[in-house]
Amino acid sequence: MYRYDEVDYRIVRERVEQFRDQTRRFLAGELSEDEFRPLRLMNGLYIQRHAPMLRVAIPYGHLSSKQLRKLAHIARTYDKGYGHFTTRQNIQYNWPALERVPDILAELADVEMHAIQTSGNCVRNTTTDAFAGVAADELIDPRPYCEIIRQWSTLHPEFAFLPRKFKIAVSGSVEDRAATLVHDVGLHVVQSADGEIGFRVIVGGGLGRTPMVGEVIREFLPTRHILTYLDAILRVYNRYGRRDNKYKARIKILVKALTPQGFAAKVEDEWLHLKDGPATLRDEDVAHYASFFDDPAYETLAANLESFGAKLAEDRAFARWAEHNTRPHQQPGYRSVVLSLKKTGVPPGDITAEQMEAVADWSERFGFGEVRVAHEQNLILPDVKESDLFEVWQLARAQGFATPNVGLLTDIICCPGGDFCSLANARSIPVAEAIQRKFDDLDYLHDLGEIDCNFSGCMNACGHHHIGNIGILGVDKNGEEWYQVTLGGSQGNHTAIGKVIGPSFAQADIPLAFEKIMNTYVEQRQAGERFIETVRRIGLDPFKERVYAKHH
Amino acid sequence: MRSIIKDGQVVTDSWTVLRPDEAGQLPEAAPERDVIVPFAVWKAAPEAWQNRSGRLAVWLAPDDEPAELAGSLDAFPLLAVDFPAFTDGRGYSIGRLLRERYHYQGELRAVGDVWQDLVHSLWQVGFNSFEIKEGKALEDALKGLGTFSERYHSTWREPEPLFRRRNTRHKTVA
Repeated sequence: MYRYDEVDYRIVRERVEQFRDQTRRFLAGELSEDEFRPLRLMNGLYIQRHAPMLRVAIPYGHLSSKQLRKLAHIARTYDKGYGHFTTRQNIQYNWPALERVPDILAELADVEMHAIQTSGNCVRNTTTDAFAGVAADELIDPRPYCEIIRQWSTLHPEFAFLPRKFKIAVSGSVEDRAATLVHDVGLHVVQSADGEIGFRVIVGGGLGRTPMVGEVIREFLPTRHILTYLDAILRVYNRYGRRDNKYKARIKILVKALTPQGFAAKVEDEWLHLKDGPATLRDEDVAHYASFFDDPAYETLAANLESFGAKLAEDRAFARWAEHNTRPHQQPGYRSVVLSLKKTGVPPGDITAEQMEAVADWSERFGFGEVRVAHEQNLILPDVKESDLFEVWQLARAQGFATPNVGLLTDIICCPGGDFCSLANARSIPVAEAIQRKFDDLDYLHDLGEIDCNFSGCMNACGHHHIGNIGILGVDKNGEEWYQVTLGGSQGNHTAIGKVIGPSFAQADIPLAFEKIMNTYVEQRQAGERFIETVRRIGLDPFKERVYAKHH
Repeated sequence: MRSIIKDGQVVTDSWTVLRPDEAGQLPEAAPERDVIVPFAVWKAAPEAWQNRSGRLAVWLAPDDEPAELAGSLDAFPLLAVDFPAFTDGRGYSIGRLLRERYHYQGELRAVGDVWQDLVHSLWQVGFNSFEIKEGKALEDALKGLGTFSERYHSTWREPEPLFRRRNTRHKTVA
C-alpha cells in the first residue's frame, strides 16, 4: 500500500497544526461560529446531537493493521470504545470532545491518516472497489490512480470552496463495486483497442434529494491527462454550479441544466487550456505510484484443496458462510473474507475497539497485514488462504463477524440516523434491527437470496436508499417518524434509482410490509430469479397491491 | 490610508474599493484618489473614468467573466477580486485564469471576506495582495501565508507539481 514520504508527513502535520490553531481561536472567541463551521467541516468535524462527530478518511478503503490498531486506540482513548464505518470508506467517532480533536488528528498523522476533506463543500475521500488488487474480475488495479487523485484533491488551492460537496469513485473491474454511477465523478479504468490505459469519465451521478445516474462525458481519456481533465471539470463546476440553493448546488444539477453534451463541451473547452500542462502525468510518475501496489509475496498454492472441499461438505454452517462471506481471488488457493458488521442487534457498520484489534491480528496472521473497508460497511481480509478459512471462520464467529448474510436482505446499508445525526428525520438503527429480527431464519434468508437493502434517515441519502433493491427513507410527518419504501433500485453496472411504492409506514409496520414484499417475490419468482430481476420483470404493482391491500 | 498585505509584508496602501450602495450608486471619489471600481460599472462606460489624476483599477465579482477583461489587462496596474463570503470559491478560479490563461502581470488583490485561513490558497492561485476584512488582525493573516511548506499541485506559484519534483529528485538520488 502507499507509504508516506517526508513531504506527505509534513503536509498532514501542518494541517493538524492549522486545525489546532483554528480550534484554539474558536474557543477563544476569535473565530465566530459561522467562520469556524466551514473550517471544521473541511476537517471532518460535525457538531451532532450528543457531541461532535469526527469523520476520518480511509483513502480508497485501504488500512494497514497498524492503522486499524490506531483507530482502536482512538476509539478507546477519546471515544466510547467503538467507531462506525460509513458508506464512503470512512470511519466516524461519535463522542470525541472538541478540544481533544487536534490530539486525535496528531495520533492519526503518526500512522499516515487524516480527516482532511471528509466533509464540507470540497473534494471528499476518493473511493474504490474494496476488492481492488485482489478481485478475480479485475481488469486494471485502480489503486495507483486513487492515490494520484488523493494527492491532487488534498488541499487543492483552487477548489477549497465549491458550491457543494464533491465525490469521486474509481472502478477497474468488470462489475462496478464502487457505485461510480452515483458519484459526482465516476472513473472506470479501461483499456483502449491498442492497449493504452485510460478512463471512461462519468459525471453528474448522485443520490440525495434529486437522485440521478451519471452520464458518460468522455469514453476514453488517456491516464496521463487525468489531473488536467479533473481540473477542467472542477473549474467548470466551481464557476458555474449554483450557489443560491444548497439543494440545487451539486454538479448533477449543472450537468442537467447544460445537458451532458453541453457540460462536456464546456469541460473540453476548459481542458484545451490545461491539456499537456505541468500536471500531466509521465510514465515514470504513474510507475512510481503503481510501485506501492505490487502484489505481496503470495505462495504458490493449488486452488480448491480436497481438505477444503471436505470441510465444506461436512459443515453446512461453514459452507454457508464460505458461500456468502468470501469472494474469489486472483491468486489460486486464496480468497477474500468479508467480515460482516451486520449482526442483528448491532447498528450496521459499528465496530468495537476489541474487534478492530482482533481484525488487525488476523490480517497479520492470515494475510499481509492489510484490511479493506467496503462501502457496504463491512471489513475485508483480502488475502486469506483457503486452507485457513475454517479457522478464520471460527475466530470471526467468536467476535460476532460471521453472520453469513453478506449480500442478503439483512446485510443492511444504514446511516446512523436520528439516534446520532442531527440532520436525520427518523431513526434508522432500531428499524434496521426490527427487519433483521423478522428475517432471522437463516434458511429463509438464504432462500430469498441476494437483496440489497439500503436505509437512510433523511433525504441526504447517506444510506444510499435510492440504489437499494429495497430502499427505506426516514421522513418527518408533523414531527413523527415515518418510513417510505422504494423498490427496484440497484448499484453496479445496472445502476437504477428505486421508485416509491406508496404512502409511508409507521415504524411498527415496516417489518410486516417487508414480509409482504418478500412473500410476493417468493410467489412470483421464476427459477433462479433474483429479487431485483423479479421486480424488474413484473413491475411494482403486484407488490403495491399486496402491501396496501385492505384487511379482510 | 489603510494597511494591507502585499507580497508577504504589511504595507500602507492608497487604493479605495468603490462599492455601489443599495440604490446601485457608487460613492463619490475625488479625481486624485486611486480607486478600484466594479468591473461592470467600468465596462458600461470606460470613458467616464478617463481624465482623472488618480489611478484606476477594477474589481471582479464572483460571477464576472475574466475573459471579457483579457484585452484590457495592460490598462490596469491592479485588479481585485471580491469575496463577498469566504465560502464562495469562484474567485480562486478567476485568479488562476487571470494569471495562467491571460498572463496578467500586475498586482492581483483579494478583497472582501479575506483573512488568515484563506490567504495561503489565494497566494497559490496568483493573488499577491490582500485587503484583510475589518476586525481581523493583519499580523495573523501574515502568518496564514506560511501555513504549509509544501503542496501537491501545479499552481501558478509553482507550476511543477510535487509528483514531478519527487520523481526528478528520486532520479537524481539514484
